[in-house]
Amino acid sequence: MIKLGVNGKEVTLDLDPETPLLWALRDELRLTGTKFGCGVAQCGACTVMLDGMPRRSCVTPIGSIDGSEVTTIEGMEGPEIEAVQAAWAALDVPQCGWCQSGQVMSATALLQLVSNPTDEDIDNAMNGNVCRCATYVRIRQAIHDAAKTLEG
Amino acid sequence: MRIMLAAALAAFVSPAAAQVLRGPGDFSGIADQTERSVALFEEMGKVLTHPRCLNCHPVNGGPTQGDDMQPHEPPVVRGVADFGAPGMNCATCHSAENVEFVGSPGSIPGHEPWALAPLSMGWVGLSLGEICAQIKDPERNGGKDLEALHEHNAEDGLVGWGWEPGEGRTPAPGSQELFGELTRAWIDTGSACPS
Repeated sequence: MIKLGVNGKEVTLDLDPETPLLWALRDELRLTGTKFGCGVAQCGACTVMLDGMPRRSCVTPIGSIDGSEVTTIEGMEGPEIEAVQAAWAALDVPQCGWCQSGQVMSATALLQLVSNPTDEDIDNAMNGNVCRCATYVRIRQAIHDAAKTLEG
Repeated sequence: MRIMLAAALAAFVSPAAAQVLRGPGDFSGIADQTERSVALFEEMGKVLTHPRCLNCHPVNGGPTQGDDMQPHEPPVVRGVADFGAPGMNCATCHSAENVEFVGSPGSIPGHEPWALAPLSMGWVGLSLGEICAQIKDPERNGGKDLEALHEHNAEDGLVGWGWEPGEGRTPAPGSQELFGELTRAWIDTGSACPS
């Protein structure tokens, strides 16, 4: 039995400890906002917060994070996620949308760590989030816009 | 002929796997102590210049990966703490242990800690003589004297990862135990460096 906090609630998972967190979130807990993209930590679609830091859930066996706190796109709260969501909507950032929950998670994590990121900061933090619709220019602009919103 | 062909093919497929690490006893025939010490370090060099070590001992920005030392994918930067960028550091993907992929061959490497060697300990592209001088220099090796260097080579967990790198990566030649014995013998013979 693996115990996790998921979006503020304690859950107990009766699964193989080798099960990737992504599988547990989507198939067991039905939290399907977190996406499967590549399964090999190359695309970022499966990004969640693990104890407050971004983490690729497709390469995270649940047995390795027993007792940790996981936050998915469904459970994100706070000024950074609100600013990111508003900027995303204002700029119509998503195209097909598949990668976007991972993009939003990484963008939010960046803004929690760096309040006024440069283009280089954004590229370095977002390099691991692939968008096959190539919305990168809008993603970068939306992060700048969200940072401005947070500045007040 | 068939055996030779198979051996050549194996070497082509995985050149790193063809390396064998000799032990200190294999150098006992070298009478001159300094020459023996140099030869011992050159043997250690098989480990030091193996992709498992070089990939995280770069002389510039981020790490390389794989037996062919390709640039790390996704692109990553060294960062101020040799641990990546804010928002995407090493721990975004790498955990405390190697993790096999589900549904695909291969694995993502991991260990606690997992980070780049500091820039002062980068040695990609350096000669063995330059690497030798570098790793003996406390100014560049993290303040280690020779005994601490031996302990690092013989006992450090992240060094030891080089022999247990997970599916899809060729281990460093020999074993950490043998690497430690070579380091011990090299120190005991004067820790001489190749010219």
